[in-house]
Order: sequence, then C-alpha cells, then structure tokens
Amino acid sequence: MFATAIIVLREVLEAAMVVGLVMVAARGLRGRGLWIGSGVAAGLIGAGIVAAFAGSIASAAQGMGQEIFNASILFVAVGMLGWHNVWMARHGAELASKIRAVGRDIVAGVRPQYLLASVVGLAVLREGSEVVLFLYGIAIAQQDQAPAMWAGAFIGLALGSGMGLLLYLGLLRLAARHLFAVTGWLIALLAAGMAAQGAGFLVQADFLPSLGQPLWDTSAWLSLQSLLGRVLQALVGYLDRPAGIQVLFYVLTLGVILILGRLYGPVPARPSAQPPLRRGKLQAAK
Amino acid sequence: MNVNRLRLGVAALLLMSLGAFTAVHAADLPTFQLTAKDGRFTPERVEVPAGQKFKLVVSNEGPGPEEFESRELNREKVIPAGQKAEIILGPLKAGTYGFFGEFHPETAKGQIVAK
Repeated sequence: MFATAIIVLREVLEAAMVVGLVMVAARGLRGRGLWIGSGVAAGLIGAGIVAAFAGSIASAAQGMGQEIFNASILFVAVGMLGWHNVWMARHGAELASKIRAVGRDIVAGVRPQYLLASVVGLAVLREGSEVVLFLYGIAIAQQDQAPAMWAGAFIGLALGSGMGLLLYLGLLRLAARHLFAVTGWLIALLAAGMAAQGAGFLVQADFLPSLGQPLWDTSAWLSLQSLLGRVLQALVGYLDRPAGIQVLFYVLTLGVILILGRLYGPVPARPSAQPPLRRGKLQAAK
Repeated sequence: MNVNRLRLGVAALLLMSLGAFTAVHAADLPTFQLTAKDGRFTPERVEVPAGQKFKLVVSNEGPGPEEFESRELNREKVIPAGQKAEIILGPLKAGTYGFFGEFHPETAKGQIVAK
C-alpha cells in the first residue's frame, strides 16, 4: 500500500503543482475555478484515452511514439505558458489595478483563462495517463493485495492534491503584494522545466544528442527520489542528473520567455490630466 | 492569435514527422534484450559495452503494464502488456547503472553494467 501511495503521489504531485500555480496565476479572474476545473476534467478524460491507446502511441514513430507524444505535449504547454506570460506582461498591470479597483473577480476575457486551463489539462493528461495505466495494472493483476493497493492509490491522490492546495495557499500568503511578479517568474520556471523534460524525451527518442549525461549529479545532495526533490522538479524543473541539452533547453526557454516579456511590455498609459470616470460596467480586457 | 496557433501546430507537426529519422539511427546499434514479467526483470544484470550507443529492447510479458525507469540513465518508458519497447542508451562510462520497474518497484529491479 505504501509503495502504491508513493507511485501515485509522484505522478499526481507534478500535476497538482501545476494546478496550484495556475490557480494563483489566475487569481482575480472571474470563473477561474470553472475554467481550471474544466481543464482538469478534460485532462482526466484525455488521460483515460491516452492510457487506452498507450500501445498504439508507443509503437508509432518506429517505437518512439511515446517519447514524441510526451515531448509534443510538453512543448505545446511551454508555448502556452510563454504566451500567457507575454499576455500578462502586456496587460498584467492593467489587470491588477482593475482587480484592486473593483475588489472582486473581474471578467478578463477568454485568452488567459484558456491558456491556463489548457496547460492544466495537458499536465493532468500526461501524469494522469501513467496513473491510469498503473491502476489498470493493479486491477488486472488479481492479487489479494489489490484492496490495499487501491487504498494506497487513493492516499497518494489525496496527498498529492493536498500539496497542490498547500502550494496555492502558501503562494497567496507569501507572495501577496508581489503576486503577479512572483507568478510570472514561477510560470517562466515551470515552462523552462517542461522544456527540459521535453528535451529529455527527445534524447530518449534519439532525436537530440545528450551533450553530456549527466551534466551534473547532485543526487547525493538533493535526490529526485526525495519529496523536496520531486516538488522542485515539478515547480522549477530541478533535475539531479540532467543531460546537457536539457540544461540548454531550460536556459533558452527561460531566456526567450523573459525577453518576450520585456519586448511585449506593458501598453504605455495614455497621458491624461484626469483619472477616467468610473462607469457602471468595466470594459473587459482583450 | 492565429499566427501563434499556427506556429504551435507547425512545431508539433515537425516534432512528430521527425520520427522517420529514428529508423536510420537505431538500425545498426548493438541490441540487448530484457523481459518484464510478473513484476520482475529478466535478466537482472545486463552487460553492455561502455563508450558506445546501444539499444535495450524491453518485452513486457505482463500481466499489466510496466514502466521501465532509470534515474542514473535518465530514462523512463511505459510498456503496455504484450508489447516491446526500444530504449536507446549510451554512450555510457564504465560502471553500474540501476533500473527499476516503477509499477512494481519492490520486485522489478536490475542493473546495467557497462564495461
């Protein structure tokens, strides 16, 4: 039961970290619970489908289908996270002041919610498909330990989700005043970590050279087997034995997102002597 | 917004279409067999040449799926029951590298010894 709990916890943790972070990033946007909840639900359905088709996916692309699939999902998520950050760079300040002015969640338009919900859906799909396959393995194994394993799986799920919740609450409490800046950084790091992971799958598929495996080995100091190691892996992409090219992808992705954030900076405010009159209905940001 | 979506789609397509190149790469690598069955790997020790790329073919005879994973080798792959998976590794420095089956971590363990 313990071993099962750990296995499920590891997979759920990755998705839960993404959900927690995204919920923070979407703070102040009306209906974010519905958007992100839908992302989770879609991800779960997708996870079931992917698990069902695991065989066909794996044997595609000369047996490297699973790696290509995982890498593609990760890179699409990277694109969406980067896009979200660019959007926030442009509209974030405007959004923050509107939220403060109104004092409750505002309607900010579809785009940021859509991006974040998609990222959540993709994360849940990726991790969820492994959990589904693992649980399927338990189900058909017909062991007498099955009930204990199901209990372990449930515990792992609960613990993982709980940690996502802790992240959410912790970030809100700790970052408070600088929430937009902090989440901007965390999203950039999340994207960089996903890019590194994607690169890892491409190395596994023999599409990319490893450029040193490993580039460093910090497993003695902070192993990915440890809980903290896993949390850092999920949040900022920490790897204890990365391939050189994974580090390269990480740095490049971070750099590109930060540069794009600067390039697309905030829309300059129109100079005007008087503050705009408050009307009954605020305009939605695009 | 449409341009960005187009870019994402092209990037994803490019990645997937690169699949053609794998066959050329993997065709002539030394190949080693590993079998996953009933939550165990056979053999539990695989000797491979150091300093060159090689291929590990893992057959999962079931029951149920298994995930071949190695932290030292930075590899993880889910293998549904009844399937074989190819995992390309190396070049490795001489040494011992552990691997395990993540779905049966207590019993499915082994080592790759590079000489």
